[in-house]
Amino acid sequence: MIDFETPKPIVQLNTVVETVAVNMMRTVSREMDENEHTVPWDFINFMHTAVKSMGGTSMAPDADKPDDAKKEKRPSIGFQRLGHMVEMLAWGDAGMYLCIPGGMLGSAAVAAAGTPEQKKRFLSRFMGDKPVFDGMAMTEPQAGSDTSAIRATAVLDNDTNEWILNGEKIFVTAGQKALVESDGFVVVWATIDPEAGRAGMRSFVVEAGTPGCKVTKQEHKLGIRASDTVSVVFQDCRIPFENILGSPTVEKTTKGFKGAMATFDATRPIIAAQAVGIARATLELLKEILAENGVEIRYGLPRQKLTSIERDVIEMEVMLRSAWLLTLEALWMADNKLHNPKEASMAKVYAGDIVVKITQKAVEILGPLGYSRELLLEKWFRDAKITDLYEGTGQINRLVVARNMLGYRGSQLR
Amino acid sequence: MYSFKPSEEQQMLIDALKRYAMDDLRAAARDAEEEGQLPIELVEKGWELGYLQASIPEDYDGFGERSAVTGVLAAEELAYGDLAGALAVMTPGLFATPILLVGSEAQKKAYIPPVIEMEWKPFTAALMEQKFDFDPNDLTTTAAIDGDSVVINGEKSYVPYADGAEAMLIYANLAGATQGFIVPAGTEGVVVGERQKLLGLNALPFYTVRFENVRVPLENRLGGADGHDFAPILAASNVALAAMAIGVSNAALDYAVEYAKDRDVFGMKVAQKQAIAFMIAEMGTAIEAIRLLVWEAAWMIDGGNPEASKQAYLALSGAMDAAMMVTDRAVQILGGHGYIREHPVEMWMRSGRGFATFNGLAIV
Ligand SMILES: Cc1cc2nc3c(=O)[nH]c(=O)nc-3n(C[C@H](O)[C@H](O)[C@H](O)COP(=O)(O)OP(=O)(O)OC[C@H]3O[C@@H](n4cnc5c(N)ncnc54)[C@H](O)[C@@H]3O)c2cc1C
Repeated sequence: MIDFETPKPIVQLNTVVETVAVNMMRTVSREMDENEHTVPWDFINFMHTAVKSMGGTSMAPDADKPDDAKKEKRPSIGFQRLGHMVEMLAWGDAGMYLCIPGGMLGSAAVAAAGTPEQKKRFLSRFMGDKPVFDGMAMTEPQAGSDTSAIRATAVLDNDTNEWILNGEKIFVTAGQKALVESDGFVVVWATIDPEAGRAGMRSFVVEAGTPGCKVTKQEHKLGIRASDTVSVVFQDCRIPFENILGSPTVEKTTKGFKGAMATFDATRPIIAAQAVGIARATLELLKEILAENGVEIRYGLPRQKLTSIERDVIEMEVMLRSAWLLTLEALWMADNKLHNPKEASMAKVYAGDIVVKITQKAVEILGPLGYSRELLLEKWFRDAKITDLYEGTGQINRLVVARNMLGYRGSQLR
Repeated sequence: MYSFKPSEEQQMLIDALKRYAMDDLRAAARDAEEEGQLPIELVEKGWELGYLQASIPEDYDGFGERSAVTGVLAAEELAYGDLAGALAVMTPGLFATPILLVGSEAQKKAYIPPVIEMEWKPFTAALMEQKFDFDPNDLTTTAAIDGDSVVINGEKSYVPYADGAEAMLIYANLAGATQGFIVPAGTEGVVVGERQKLLGLNALPFYTVRFENVRVPLENRLGGADGHDFAPILAASNVALAAMAIGVSNAALDYAVEYAKDRDVFGMKVAQKQAIAFMIAEMGTAIEAIRLLVWEAAWMIDGGNPEASKQAYLALSGAMDAAMMVTDRAVQILGGHGYIREHPVEMWMRSGRGFATFNGLAIV
């Protein structure tokens, strides 16, 4: 039965998260943006305590932990809840959202692919007194969208039973906090057999303080400046054999790699939720300022009678709402264990597009106000663009959607 | 609790309508368009599937309950087959559904059963007027109360099946508000004009209709002597048309996808070119996003949500743009062949443009 009612527990949580967004994020949003590379510790410490008191190690749904829904035999709403939460936090501040401890892609990878021992070893740290961070390192200087081109290597030293990592990773979100400012870890992608292509690719957990692993650079960015983005160099970096996620031998299949890609089916709609959060913040502020200036949006009129601003705002509302519904559908599918790579990428493509359009248009409409740093609008314009870039650019996600629609393999449409 | 899955019952209806839409409507669409006429047996067959009848409660001789969500699911499916045929099958709803929604008890009892008990008959409605900035909430056609009757003056356009209509619901401006009036066949002063020639929908007969001092009893005012709220009718029409825009878009998309996977260019399939594949991805994405907006608007209508009218307006606004974008690209993907009337995409492109204009031509 088609239903758009937000589940009660999500409505309740939303109210709480909104309070956080209003009181702990919006209040320092500008300051964090102006002072790149300062870490929003107040917010981080608060979130750490809050998440811990809710009994979670991270914000992501945990497959091993029976949630209330399972007890009562209702379908799970874990991803839907997460999507709502992320949307609201990104509405607060998309950069600060990325600073929340323990909830990033690294721990998601461990949660998805790790053995029970690995989960205990790597994830329990998030429940400690101090906030701990994680990251995921796939991208390299010469390999972004084309992940099959990564060159970082992992070689097994049979004498010591250790993996030796070598290579350089760039653009690691929260890498500084994970490796330097806390006892966190980064999940690193490397090949155990350069001849094997994707079949040789594995992910490894590298913990903070491991010799041979060094953060070498912090990027200066267009937006999401509260979030650190770093380069990490691995030079004969030795890690225990047990830090590999998945099988240590090369089977002649790409199953392991495909497994990694499958986590995108859950994470891409989360990026879409970020985009929707930024878009909603923008549209709300735009409408508020227009209303203060006596501009009323006359819904219901034929377009011929609307002003250009009214047409723009109405179009933005259409885009924002439909993007959110598309995102919810992808998350709902993930919760219901329905195969959703097409919908996940659709949500990412669409939300990434509309947030860029909405923020760009809003700055245009508000003229000197929009362009000024007095308001957060220009910041959201800068923040928005990242959602069309990371976790697969708009183009890469279009490829995924098209392949699914056309029934093509990667080799048929590249 | 969110859910994006139609109920089993709805799914059965969708499946039945899909078969009819493809085997009957789609199969006949091109000829009907060229000949300017839909075979009556074709419309009759769709009517017998009983979509409208199932949305009327037993009190008025139907066998179900009206649900806008079911309505938009059905409308999309029918329009996927052929828009003109879908509108034809749904035309009696233009008369019966507003009466069901806002009519008085007496009007429901008197007017609904004859519509749904009979075979398909041209019961219709007249809303649009021939001016560039037509606004359903600001009609030029006027109604004036004169004692216990109402006098209507003005000219309507895009009235389907006006010629030979059994009865007509006509909307007119009564002291600034859009109000409906039931006008039976043969009422004096109703002058049906020439059949209209349009950019699309050539299979469907549309007429202009002039109302020259047309006098009907006050009890024919929709809702009774005090009239009615027009918003629910407009919302029900907006979601219906939005759903049909999605149906037409999806038809164009599927056709373009099949073609692109078959057609060779430069040693590969057209669909393997990113310029084409990306268009296809965007078409599919827009359709799914706007479809959900339409569903949500319909769901809000069913729940009596006060924001439903606004949402229905937004849904149609999004759907009309999606339909133009998608149908245009479908023609583009077929290249020059898309321009030739042997393929249906040019017809869908003409239909696609219409959703910015069509007002009140369908209702769920
Ligand atoms: C702020 C930020 C945070 C990030 N966080 C992380 C992180 O935590 N971990 C991580 O591993 N990475 C991260 N990234 C990296 C990000 O995922 C990559 O930048 C992204 O995947 C694109 O890779 P690239 O920059 O090398 O661009 P390229 O792959 O060089 O792409 C350049 C252009 O070509 C297009 N293109 C590429 N391939 C195709 C194709 N097949 N068809 C059509 N067009 C194509 C792209 O869409 C793009 O427009 C982050 C990046 C940024 C900016």
